Order: sequence, then structure tokens, then C-alpha cells
Amino acid sequence: MATQLVLEKWPGLISTVTLGAKKEEGGSRATTVKIGGENTLPLLFNEGNIPNKPAIAFEVWDIPPEDWPEELTKAYGKVLNDPFAWADKCVNEYKAQALCLRMQGTHPDFGDKGAQEAAKFVSALLKKVNVPLVITGSGDDAKDNLILPACSEAAKGERCLIGSAVQDNYKTLVASVLADGHSIIAESPIDINIAKQLNILISDMGLSLERIVINPTIGALGYGLEYAYSIMERARLAALSGDKTLASPFICFAGQEAWRAKEAKAAPDQGIIWEVITATSLIQSGADLLVMRHPAAAVKVAKYIDSLFINK
Amino acid sequence: MFIIGELINGMYANIGSAIKERNKSEIQKCALEQVACGADALDVNCGPASRQPLVDMPWLVEAIQEVTDKPLCLDSSKPKVIEEGLKAARNKTIINSTTADPEKLEIIIPLAKQYHSKLIGITISAKGIPQNKDQRLELAATIVATCSEKEFSIEDLYLDPIVLPVNVAQAQMNDILESIHEFRIISDPAPKTIVGLSNVSQGAHVRSLINRTFLTMAVAYGLDSAILDPKDKELMDALITAELILNKNIYCDSYLEAYRKK
Repeated sequence: MATQLVLEKWPGLISTVTLGAKKEEGGSRATTVKIGGENTLPLLFNEGNIPNKPAIAFEVWDIPPEDWPEELTKAYGKVLNDPFAWADKCVNEYKAQALCLRMQGTHPDFGDKGAQEAAKFVSALLKKVNVPLVITGSGDDAKDNLILPACSEAAKGERCLIGSAVQDNYKTLVASVLADGHSIIAESPIDINIAKQLNILISDMGLSLERIVINPTIGALGYGLEYAYSIMERARLAALSGDKTLASPFICFAGQEAWRAKEAKAAPDQGIIWEVITATSLIQSGADLLVMRHPAAAVKVAKYIDSLFINK
Repeated sequence: MFIIGELINGMYANIGSAIKERNKSEIQKCALEQVACGADALDVNCGPASRQPLVDMPWLVEAIQEVTDKPLCLDSSKPKVIEEGLKAARNKTIINSTTADPEKLEIIIPLAKQYHSKLIGITISAKGIPQNKDQRLELAATIVATCSEKEFSIEDLYLDPIVLPVNVAQAQMNDILESIHEFRIISDPAPKTIVGLSNVSQGAHVRSLINRTFLTMAVAYGLDSAILDPKDKELMDALITAELILNKNIYCDSYLEAYRKK
């Protein structure tokens, strides 16, 4: 007798977040990227709909990264000194569907660029490339509160994804994102209770839950990946069971975490492998948007995603 | 927890007179208030004073479903009154209720099947109210067996252990709570469980506290559904917290608000 598979049906649905706005929508992007929208656990195609593939955003900085290992910097070469050329290379050579801009140069310790300069940079980058943008600050809360509103305004109408809002610092960013028509990254420190609380706090300010993307904070392979997995799984199970306050897509900074691992720098090519394994494991955990660093790793993961979705 | 709002009942003065005067808006207001407070379904009862329940029941059903598509729990001991409600209903329905008496089951189960309604079975019979857990289980088993026989889906059956006032039947409270747990192991798939909550505090002075304490305990025994006053905020808060403690929802500092956003 043939084995009968038990198929699970869920009442909940992850919200769909669109990155980028085309001309007719008030922006200037040539393409848009939709993430989320699934009503089942990752890759269980027979149990529900997974309308959007996990997407990859290439990480681009506004200044040359100082602490990137050589294997990573040599992949890009000279363009790391020119953020516009760097962004251009990602889009035209590596066919990046989205970019994740890190405004590292605004950090007090890394150039301390002001709000006006940051805004100007974002405007120029938007003219240079036509894919959707994720914009993140430098991680210095006080400084991010100054520059991110300026960047948000400079990108008004482009439907960017801007972050990160954290539990102790979200109000300024939420107000900007709300006013300028973007979506927001809500970041919690591998803590599902805080992830849920932050989503509520943000939605209480009037930004709908459908414009939130959760950054659950992840660990790379060997550095807490399975802990991140368990948090993401738990959030997803709750969301699919009907908890709207957790029904947001996930953004995962796979590149950033993978290249911090000492193993990633231990032998040639090992960093690429580390980033690929981290990213593909996160896809199994429910990641909807992966922010990646090494072009070879990003290209491999994109192929892997295509192979998973080949019949879909 | 599946919450059925109890406030549309002719025994309450405002509803009684609204039925008498055909004041639709009073009924609709009561329906919407309960939904806003978290009711998943609404009990509909013409009340003991209704002189023409066969007309009042469908009128209530029509009035309520003009403003909400929540399921309606048609509450009457008279099958004919329930049937008039079923005929008028476009919303989903729950029949409230049948006893374990064969002659009642003979009429009500086919009615539930015909109108694709869920069904509440109360563990009482013509012999009276059960005095202990074993009698409750016996009556529950009768209801479940008859439903199976008549091919009524057990998943659509809600068993009510019949909650008695604590000031009348204090010795039975433990048996009532244990019955909630044991009803679920009568069959697989399991029947669901339900209580008419307010009865527990009937005639007592401190009603709300007794209601919410009993509900909290019943939730711990696995209760699926309750007919209660969703406008009692402290009651709802206690319910949400009880479910939180049982890990049915994920904790966050604003968990009460999070639950209400669902």
C-alpha cells in the first residue's frame, strides 16, 4: 500500500513585502523584488503556496571596508574604493536583483559623514543603479537617528527597506519610513519575544505589520546557526498558526556573519563555502531575503535557489 | 480558545425589550461590541419571556448577520426554535444544544447534519443532572456514540460537562474540571469541550472573580471553548494569560495587546 503523506494546512500567511518601486508606482527602479507571501514552512511545496523565491541582496558599502578578509576584497578588486563602481559591478556583472547599502562611513569611528552627505550619496546611488535598495545605518544608534531619516527622505517613493529598528531605538526610523513610503527592518537579538514586542511597538506607531521585515539576527555555521534556526522556526510556526505579529518575512545577514568566522579565513575558498552553507541553511530555516558578500557565494546560492524552485 | 459571546439573550433586560420592540440596532450594537472584545461566535437566545420564540429566533438571526459574519450559536431547548434559526442563518451555526436523551438526539443530530451545523451536547438527561464524573462520562459517551452512529463528524461536536454554581455544588467542581480532560479521550478524533461559564458564579456575590478563576483552571484542563461575557476585560485578560502560560502563544511584553491584534 502506498504511504499516505500527512499534509499540514495552516491558517496563517506571511505578509508580502515589495522592495523597490517602478516609475508608475512613484519610484525609478527598473525591477522590483517581492519577498514573503508563503503560507507553509520553507520548501514544503505540497503543503501550501510559496509564491516568492528567497531573494539575495549584495552588500555594498559607502566606504572601502577596512576589516574584510583578503579573499573577499580580491573578489571585487579596485571597485571597493568606488562604491558606485562596486554597486554597478554587482548589478551588471553579477546580476544582483537587489543591493544592501551599508552606510558605514557615517559611523563616528569610520569617517563620521553627516546626514546631508549621506543623503546625497543615496540619491547618487539611486541614479547609478536601478535595482531595489536595502539601506542600513552603521549600527551607531545616535548617528543612525541622524542619517537614516535623511537617507529615507532622499529615497522617498523608492520603496526601500531601511534598518535597523531595535527595541530601544525605533521611533525616529519608524516615523521616517512611514512618511517616505518605505518598509522597515526590525532587529532583535536572537530573541523571539523581543521580535514580537518590537513588531507591536512599530505597528502601534502606525506602520502596518505588512511593512515590517524581521532581522532575527543569525549566527554563521558553527556560531549559533542552529539557535537562529530554532528561533526562526518558532516564529514561523506561530505566524502560520495565526499570530499576525510575527507574520513578517525574514532578512538574514548571511555574508556578514559567515565572514566573521575564523574558519572562513583559514584556507582558500573556505570563506565562500562558509557563506554558502550559512545562506543555504538559512533558506531551510525560512529566510526570505539574504544579504551576501562574496559574489561567487551569492551566485552559487542563487543557483541553489533556482534548483529548489525548478518545478514551481 | 473559541469564545462565544453570551450577551444576546432575552433574559437580559436590554435584549428582552429590544426583541419585544423589534429594535434591531440594539441587538446589532450588542453583537458588534462582543466581536470587538474578542468573541469568535455569538450565542443567540430569545430568553424565557419570549412569547413567540419561533418568530423571535429568526428575527434575531437576521438582525445579527446584517452586521457580522461570525458563527451564530442558536440557543434553545426547543428543536423547533433552533430549526427556525437554522433556516434563517447564512452565517455558520452551532446548535446549542442537545441533551443525552435518545429522543432529543434523534431530532437534533439530523438537524445539525441537514444544516451543516456544529453541535453542543450537554451531559444531562431526563434523569437529571449528573452527580459525578462517571455519570458525566457515561452521558458523554452516549452522545458521542449516537453522533458516530448517525455519521455526524465528532470534530464538530462540543461536549459540555454542565457547570453548576459553586455555591450549590461545590463538591462537584473537581469532577467537572476532570471531565473536561476526560471527554477528549472518549474517541479519536476527539470531541471538543465547552462550558457555559457564568453558571459557575450564579447566585454568588463575587461573580467575575469566580468566573475567571474557574475559566483559568478549565483552560489548564484543556477546555476548547466557552460561552462567556467577552466584555469582561479582566476575564479575557485572565484567559489570554492562561493560554500564554500553556505556551499557546508566544510571550512578549505586550502579549495582551498582541493577542487582541490577532
